[in-house]
Amino acid sequence: MTNRLSTTFAAPRTALVCFITAGDGDTAANLNALVEAGADVIELGMPFTDPMADGPAIQSANLRSLGAGTTTADVLRYATDFRARHPNVPLVLMGYANPMVRRGPEWFADAASAAGVDGVICVDIPPEEDDALGPALRAKGIAPIRLATPTTDAARLPQVLAGSAGFIYYVSVAGITGKQQAQIESIEANVARIKQSSDLPVAVGFGVRTPEQAAAIAKVADGVVVGSALVEICGEYGADAPKHLRTVTAALAEAVHNAR
Amino acid sequence: MNTPLNSFRNQPDERGHFGQFGGRYVAETLMPLVLDLEREYRKAQQDPAFQAEFDDLLEHYVGRPSPLYFAPRLTEELGGAQVWFKRDELNHTGAHKINNCIGQILLAIRMGKTRIIAETGAGQHGVATATVCARFGLPCVIYMGAEDVKRQSPNVFRMKLLGAEVIPVTSGGATLKDAMNEGLRDWVANVHDTFYIIGTAAGPHPYPEMVRNFQSVIGKEARAQMLSRVGRLPDLLVAAIGGGSNALGLFHPFLDDASVKMLGVEAAGHGLDGDEHAASLLGGTPGVLHGNRTYLLQDEDGQITEGHSISAGLDYPGIGPEHAWLKESGRVDYTAVTDEEALEGFQLLCATEGIIPALEPAHAIAAVKKIAPTMPKDAIILANLCGRGDKDIFTVAERLGVEL
Repeated sequence: MTNRLSTTFAAPRTALVCFITAGDGDTAANLNALVEAGADVIELGMPFTDPMADGPAIQSANLRSLGAGTTTADVLRYATDFRARHPNVPLVLMGYANPMVRRGPEWFADAASAAGVDGVICVDIPPEEDDALGPALRAKGIAPIRLATPTTDAARLPQVLAGSAGFIYYVSVAGITGKQQAQIESIEANVARIKQSSDLPVAVGFGVRTPEQAAAIAKVADGVVVGSALVEICGEYGADAPKHLRTVTAALAEAVHNAR
Repeated sequence: MNTPLNSFRNQPDERGHFGQFGGRYVAETLMPLVLDLEREYRKAQQDPAFQAEFDDLLEHYVGRPSPLYFAPRLTEELGGAQVWFKRDELNHTGAHKINNCIGQILLAIRMGKTRIIAETGAGQHGVATATVCARFGLPCVIYMGAEDVKRQSPNVFRMKLLGAEVIPVTSGGATLKDAMNEGLRDWVANVHDTFYIIGTAAGPHPYPEMVRNFQSVIGKEARAQMLSRVGRLPDLLVAAIGGGSNALGLFHPFLDDASVKMLGVEAAGHGLDGDEHAASLLGGTPGVLHGNRTYLLQDEDGQITEGHSISAGLDYPGIGPEHAWLKESGRVDYTAVTDEEALEGFQLLCATEGIIPALEPAHAIAAVKKIAPTMPKDAIILANLCGRGDKDIFTVAERLGVEL
């Protein structure tokens, strides 16, 4: 099936995947800055009161967003408006289970589909609990994007890959977002391991901050995810964030796009 | 005890589900650990040596069995059913929490883990965890909401005396749920050597089942003690509920005794009609948090709302998934009492029985105070006195307007 995600990852260059939290600052302007500076895929974080897999940067972004009154309806509106402005850029919602299943998985899948969302990453729904959201997403043609981690061993990997779509998100460190970066050798070996068992593209994230780090990963993966470094800019600069996001994203995009 | 097919005692299923509740809603990084924990726990359950060591420590270190106590003056004061207490406040460390910690640290050692982490609300679980870590010589990190660190300073000092590192958590409302978030963040970053001793019958499978089983020593003892002392089972069991481990520990061995009614008592804080309570079952809705699907305090978008209770141990916006299932199945009734009522229950037990209860079981006592007068004098209520009140005297003094 051809869709925005498969088209993007079919390109010969590595994709830059950029994460920001919805409702943290001027979301539309921030997203425009990311796309205009070269982001290939957008991950839009759905804020949650208890982001237990996230480090301080994204925790703070969640709380800033909720403190500003962001609702699920707002997140879906940001997505809808983004789709209207950027018809070809893949958009992925990323977040935690509870806000996604609050009104029922079918409601969420319908709403995300209507908003033009291509994929959903739910941090705390492992394959074992796929029923909670996966079938509803698949029924609407939305890719359930699973996470694989350094602790996902060979015995378990097929279960993670089965039912995944869009791409596989390889979490390069056992830990929370925004902290240390893994050794490139370990990333390369794990990406290769995943690609042996799946035709899906593999994007690598957690702890990627600089163009140099991004370029090194871009040599061995199909996508590089940058989150906390961008979210910190949103937190530091507020309304002025788009300008700074543009600069940082352009440097990351150049590094990622020219890596191989 | 055999468990018939239509038993209330054969939950959860093999995937850790209690009906629609429970499960394993954790990040992929933790999933292999949770599966490993389940495998090792199943092996331990089959290992007589594990059970023997658990029993031995409960007897000689914790001081079990805890007494079953008839409360004559409270019974007379209330003028109805006989009131009995299971005296788990007499355990080493002063609460039921130690039962579970003994079980989990034995499992941690069996699994070769070398570092222990835990979350705590009132500090009772933190103290119990620090205690078993000192006993077995393992380093211990306790996450505690910064608000709770203030409310429960004696327990913070106890943990430090026992060699634990206490890390105040300032995110969110800085209470128990935030401490649990931080515990999960630590675990996900230290998967190779760390064992997370969860303090209540919640979290991802197998924790709810495992904690319940370790705590069910309370109900097993109480059931045998009742039969031996009065020759019959009680008519009503009463226990306070935060996450719900002391209540499950008491209730579970009685679940298939049809004549025994059960009442779980949630914290109504300033009242169920407002937002300032911690009654997830009576004032919440089903959702997913901290590894399990259960009743939560949440808004229409699924954002978790802050609980409130005078008792730091009940101040949690969720509830163990087995309670959610027991509520929906109708086997257990649930009610809630306010901060004020709990304070009255606290003082009532002090005055009538010479027992200073923790604010958590003070909620159970407040419920007993309402129900006992409506029951005949030959009826028997058995309430779980799950913790002692030494830790709470500062909170109570402040609420009563007494300067210490």
